Amino acid sequence: MTAVAPVTAPWCDRCGEPAGDHPACAAARRLEPPRYCPQCRRRMKVQVLPAGWSATCVEHGTVSS
Amino acid sequence: MAEILDRARAQVLENGVGLDEEGILEILRLPDEELPAALQLAHEVRMKWCGPEVEVEGIVSLKTGGCPEDCHFCSQSGLFTSPVRAVWLDIPQLVEAAKQTAATGATEFCIVAAVRGPDARLMQQMREGVAAIKAAVDIQVAASLGMLSQEQVDELVEMGVHRYNHNLETCRSYFPNVVTTHSWEERWETLKMVRDSGMEVCCGGILGLGETVEQRAEFAAQLAALDPHEVPLNFLNPRPGTPLGDRPVVEGKDALRAIAAFRLAMPRTILRYAGGREITLGDLGTREGLLGGINAVIVGNYLTTLGRPATADIDLLQDLSMPVKSLSATL
Ligand code: SF4
Ligand SMILES: [Zn+2]
Ligand SMILES: [Zn+2]
Repeated sequence: MTAVAPVTAPWCDRCGEPAGDHPACAAARRLEPPRYCPQCRRRMKVQVLPAGWSATCVEHGTVSS
Repeated sequence: MAEILDRARAQVLENGVGLDEEGILEILRLPDEELPAALQLAHEVRMKWCGPEVEVEGIVSLKTGGCPEDCHFCSQSGLFTSPVRAVWLDIPQLVEAAKQTAATGATEFCIVAAVRGPDARLMQQMREGVAAIKAAVDIQVAASLGMLSQEQVDELVEMGVHRYNHNLETCRSYFPNVVTTHSWEERWETLKMVRDSGMEVCCGGILGLGETVEQRAEFAAQLAALDPHEVPLNFLNPRPGTPLGDRPVVEGKDALRAIAAFRLAMPRTILRYAGGREITLGDLGTREGLLGGINAVIVGNYLTTLGRPATADIDLLQDLSMPVKSLSATL
């Protein structure tokens, strides 16, 4: 259900810090949609519906569940 | 067995009279070994005064983020450095959200907006959205749009919104520690107008904001005085960037004590699991709460965070032989 960011993505899609080993973010992402674009670190427009979500970066497009 | 449990059995179970603040506090202070008996009693109270049905609801955020208020737990306040961006749903998305909710067997769909109170644009979206949902989906529509004027209350009634959610969030004495941009009393005013309008009142809050156990009891007693049709019980899910972002989550046993205490304070209310149960209680605790006074759930995702799949909750209810309340039973 979760769109996994490519391993080469420079940013963490939850906290917006440089990608790496973020155990807290990894755990939280089970119950959270992404918030930052993993490519450019922009905050994404996130829409949560009862059965899914989508997150859009103006530059890099939309990911969804 | 603790004396308070005998007293609660006679008063709440037999006579349907909720515990007062002092009694609630005694429940909240029960030692771990008394907790199973408290949950069992709360369950018996729920079965006797509400029945075995569970009310299932879905919620959606019509307008997310950018709120001018400063509720310290909330990732949607525009005053904190939360990563949640402002965004609106359009009408087709709103109808889709209602359809997803109805597909789970839910009878309730609550439309929520992150605002101090509605403006003309939001009321217009509500008018169109509620009409579109009613034309396409067989479900009852509730709303949560902040503080209302009397005209707005009347308009919502006219639209066919049958229940209005407005949480007091925490007890009166602790509220100023959590919100500074409006008062507990202002929230109470809206609740009074909603009640007088004939809409059902839905009012609950969040545990784990830093309130003491005495303040938790105060809160339950204040809710009982309001006598809402429904009480949604949230457990703080600390949100990054908010003033309460570093608070610990409520300990599972304390959450269960609170569930039993709230049920024993309000024997007839719809006591709903809302946000935070996944992290506070997990799967096992979720089950224990449903056997300890809870008789309603929010299924699927929340407003800005995700829930466990709706099917997991529906399967659990089946496993517990608790029927999902049907639409005909709510009309
Ligand atoms: S009024 Fe509602 S949306 Fe706004 S900050 Fe408070 S809880 Fe969040
Ligand atoms: Zn991270
Ligand atoms: Zn981007």
